[in-house]
Amino acid sequence: MGKIVVIDGNEAAAWGAALSRPDMVAVYPITPQSSLVEYLAEFIADGRMDAELMDVEGEHSALSVLHGACLAGARTYSATSAQGLAYMFEPYFRTPGLRLPIVVSLVTRDGISPTCVWGGQQDAMSVKDVGWIHMFCENQQEICDTIPIAYKVAEHPEVMLPVNVNHDGNYLSYGVARVDLPDQEVVNAFLGEKDVNWHACLDPARPMAVDPLTGGAGGPGPSMFVRYRKGLCDGMQNAMRVIEEAHEDWGRRTGRHWAPLIERYRMDDAEVALVTIGSMTGAAKDAVDEARAAGARIGLVKIKTFRPFPAAQIAAALSGVRAVGVVDRAVNFGWNCGPVFQEVLSALYLSQARMPVMSFIGGLAGADITVEHFARVIERTRRLADGDMAVGPVWLNEND
Amino acid sequence: MKGRNIPDNLCAVAVDLSDMLTGDWRALRPVVDRDKCVKCAVCWLYCPVQCIREHATWFDADLKTCKGCGICARECPQHAIVMVEEVEA
Repeated sequence: MGKIVVIDGNEAAAWGAALSRPDMVAVYPITPQSSLVEYLAEFIADGRMDAELMDVEGEHSALSVLHGACLAGARTYSATSAQGLAYMFEPYFRTPGLRLPIVVSLVTRDGISPTCVWGGQQDAMSVKDVGWIHMFCENQQEICDTIPIAYKVAEHPEVMLPVNVNHDGNYLSYGVARVDLPDQEVVNAFLGEKDVNWHACLDPARPMAVDPLTGGAGGPGPSMFVRYRKGLCDGMQNAMRVIEEAHEDWGRRTGRHWAPLIERYRMDDAEVALVTIGSMTGAAKDAVDEARAAGARIGLVKIKTFRPFPAAQIAAALSGVRAVGVVDRAVNFGWNCGPVFQEVLSALYLSQARMPVMSFIGGLAGADITVEHFARVIERTRRLADGDMAVGPVWLNEND
Repeated sequence: MKGRNIPDNLCAVAVDLSDMLTGDWRALRPVVDRDKCVKCAVCWLYCPVQCIREHATWFDADLKTCKGCGICARECPQHAIVMVEEVEA
């Protein structure tokens, strides 16, 4: 056991980052991430963390600075939210193509407009298809543990991709809980020798142009571009196995066994299932327990890893149920549903499992998703199993 | 790098000059009238891809990398450069 502390989610992330011993962090504050980077600045000022901290003029620079540092062989970290992520998008899109194993915490926040500064997952969901690995945390302990795991995954030679470790703004960023901080020696042994960048390391003895012009319709362009795109897809699929191995290794060393891809909660003999992601899962589990106590055969599948999407695992977990209710904290505007709902549908279709599935959207812009809300989700999903079909999503906070 | 084999499907890195030449997509070619050229080097200063080459009494463009933008022709104080349409050889 490490050191027991009572801290909020942003400090848990800061500790997760500090224990991973990055060489450089580049930061620009934004609500609800600000205190996270203030903790890092404090750790460095106090000599508890040996990293270069660069205060940049905006998020575009934050990630661009990390590109340079990473190409020079450094382990790097940053954190952002919502509009900051939007401003970071140009280098963000470039990062997975460069195969740079950068870890960035997204302290998730709803998207503007309408203007809001509170939690929601619209920011993370809006960048789900850019080529970053995405892992969503349920609580403060999982945040602290997942950041070292993220470095292990990102820097794996068969992955070499950036990772977003996401935690819900407000509920987790400012919510305080007991956290068991792992010992530095445990994290050091887990991560092994630092070997961040071996594929494109800047070296005066080997002059190179990183990310030169490729593609086009002539010469070697088309096949070269496809080769890199397929390589990125391969890395993403390899990550599925590496994420499982890294969680298993972490569990052996710390005694904390987080479900790496999805967690099945009370799914044995379940007739109806909920699918959740992030901090809402706590309230959802309580609602499942209450419904179980009242005799309902209900279970829950929590998605930890959203990219790569664990389609086969989700389809297998849901294959025996009669109806599924998927709860999102973001909106897929083009499909009039939640983004996780749409992903679950795709997974079920590929597996040929067929049952009615409903989209629930709640917790937008800091709204609560309470146990009572989840009781309503369960009740509605049970009616779905009995043939009461739905058109469009259910907006959980519509009448709050 | 520790002697590790680097897969060829990771990050694009160039260690040699590319054989993808910017001159390949030129539509207009600069042609220098050597009698008018006074070798003032204005074209050399303005060329965005630095393709102007110096000769004994004139400058002209290296057609491997000249994109045919026409800036040299526009800027030449002697009007010694004209842009000629490229046609299939």
